[in-house]
Amino acid sequence: MILLEVRDLRTYFETDDGLVKAVDGISFQLQHGETLGIVGESGSGKSVTNLSIIRLVPDPPGKIVSGEVLFKGEDILSLPPDAVRRIRGRRIAMIFQDPMTSLNPFMKISKQLMEMTQLHLGHTRSQAYEHAVRMLETVGIPDARARAGSYPHEFSGGMRQRVMIAMALSCEPELLIADEPTTALDVTIQAQILELIKKLKQETGTSVILITHDLGVVAGMTDHVIVMYAGKIFEQAKTKELFALPGNPYTKGLLRSVPDPTAEQGKLYQIPGLPPDVAHLKPGCPFADRCERAEDICRREFPPFVALTPDHHSLCHFANEVYAESIQSSRS
Amino acid sequence: MPSQSNQAVAETLIAIRDLKVHFNLGGNRVVKAVDGVTLDIYQGETLGLVGESGCGKSTLGRAVLRLTEPTSGQVLYRNKDLAQLSGRQLREQRRHLQIIFQDPYASLNPRMTVGQIVGEPLDTFRLARGREAEARVQELLETVGLSKRFIKRYPHEFSGGQRQRIGIARALAVDPDFIVADEPISALDVSIQAQIMNLLKKLRREKNLTYLFISHDLRAIRHVSDRVAVMYLGRLVEIADAKTIYVEPLMPYTKALISAVPVPDPEIEATRQRIMLEGDVPSPINPPSGCPFHTRCPYAIDVCKEVVPQLVEIKPAHFAACIRISPEVPHIEDVPPGSAPGLESHRG
Repeated sequence: MILLEVRDLRTYFETDDGLVKAVDGISFQLQHGETLGIVGESGSGKSVTNLSIIRLVPDPPGKIVSGEVLFKGEDILSLPPDAVRRIRGRRIAMIFQDPMTSLNPFMKISKQLMEMTQLHLGHTRSQAYEHAVRMLETVGIPDARARAGSYPHEFSGGMRQRVMIAMALSCEPELLIADEPTTALDVTIQAQILELIKKLKQETGTSVILITHDLGVVAGMTDHVIVMYAGKIFEQAKTKELFALPGNPYTKGLLRSVPDPTAEQGKLYQIPGLPPDVAHLKPGCPFADRCERAEDICRREFPPFVALTPDHHSLCHFANEVYAESIQSSRS
Repeated sequence: MPSQSNQAVAETLIAIRDLKVHFNLGGNRVVKAVDGVTLDIYQGETLGLVGESGCGKSTLGRAVLRLTEPTSGQVLYRNKDLAQLSGRQLREQRRHLQIIFQDPYASLNPRMTVGQIVGEPLDTFRLARGREAEARVQELLETVGLSKRFIKRYPHEFSGGQRQRIGIARALAVDPDFIVADEPISALDVSIQAQIMNLLKKLRREKNLTYLFISHDLRAIRHVSDRVAVMYLGRLVEIADAKTIYVEPLMPYTKALISAVPVPDPEIEATRQRIMLEGDVPSPINPPSGCPFHTRCPYAIDVCKEVVPQLVEIKPAHFAACIRISPEVPHIEDVPPGSAPGLESHRG
């Protein structure tokens, strides 16, 4: 069953430097109960995609110029603002990279959690309080009842992220969007938080969109992956397939440029050059200047989105060849 | 492995002896950011220093260069004690010791051109002037992979990766021996991280540099380092060559740290058993007694709360600070419950 379907989404930003097409015609589906990873480097459009889905794109300068975001068949982009507010937080919840900027520093943790269920579920004060304590216990805050009266600054970064997760899940949302939820955390704390998200997902059946730059996190957490570059989807596939048989030179380069701690490695592969300035994209493929197999056509014509298998797509003039090479090298 | 054969003949470039950096917060509260670190950095190696935030790794890096004043202890550079040098002597020695910072946005003066930034050390140390200095700056920019046309531009015109290259060019301007690279890739995108790691490796080879590479990123540390030192709450808890520490870590903390690193391979991730640590890193203001790790350690026993473990050479060139292991019983899984074979050496 499809929970979320994004169709031809375009979100542009009017800047002094010109029109930035942060997200430029992307489409994807999220099945019920699944985890979808969106990977990309800074400026690839992964976070703007997330903000567009929940209609939090700052306007101005941003504007969703076209597309549909169908949440159980209902287009979020064409709903009136108060209907969107009823979905946001209640049915689609979010956690962000920096929990400190998402929590109110002047408000007790318990109060912030209580607001959620009082607003969305019509809880009374005492119901909401009990629910808040239960949620804090669920996410592993030790001594939850006593700590509920604390303020955000009294918690460590990892604990704050747990509080954010408690808050996000307190209304049992159907979709959780986690935007770089562990990027600001230490590796042992990251492991705890990722494990927690996995566990809660299993228990509640919530679908998850996980936005990250870390291919290791994607490998361990997701069922499907989307790789974004310069506002476009460059590749999408099942996670196992994407790592085993990448069909796009950019994905291939990214995978090779991450040091593998389990393997001996000489020189690390590097993608040459810099990500393009999305305000001044040239015609042709936005990755062409950095791509080792680019040919004339790549600089001239925008690449096609090639279906390599029914659920594996790649934006590349040579997608079939790249995919065939991956198959070849996986056999040898 | 070349690093080991090097090590046999390697001489010590930087010798850190019982170095402490304590910050007084007032009201009897003291942060022991670095609390008794002893460490040799060999000529020509990259020593990776890894640990979680607040463990003191950056403070240690800065204290080695005396950018942060040590509370006690020694840092010997080619057998000269940096802590004993006067201002002028220290400045002379500093030429050989450079640092690259994490944040390429904050570490470059926004009002100076790239040429001025990279050329400033040449002027400070009176190494070159005028035409000669300009030629040298151009050469440095090319060395780090930047066009010499950039010389008149300002930092804001560059991306994070390019700025980090400018920072590297500035550090190289004075022909240093030793560079502290403090989280040099943490603020950069994945594809750019690989570029900077490769650049640092290339420069080390070409210019015979020695690095102290500080990072919380265990994947990067593994890739660039010959040896790795693991730090926890102001102390070193394990040192070994890079491969050994990943394949056969001895300290429970190191084991957990390495098992927490996500591996970019879904097949491995699906079957991997992680060692999950309970709780957070304790506050360095009021660190636990005894072994600083005992509050989170799955193997801790009562005596761990009392005895502060010292680094012991458990296997050849492999040091660990844990009283529950010893050279005779190096693997904690083999240690009988409740026993602490390493305790003898700590009491004696």
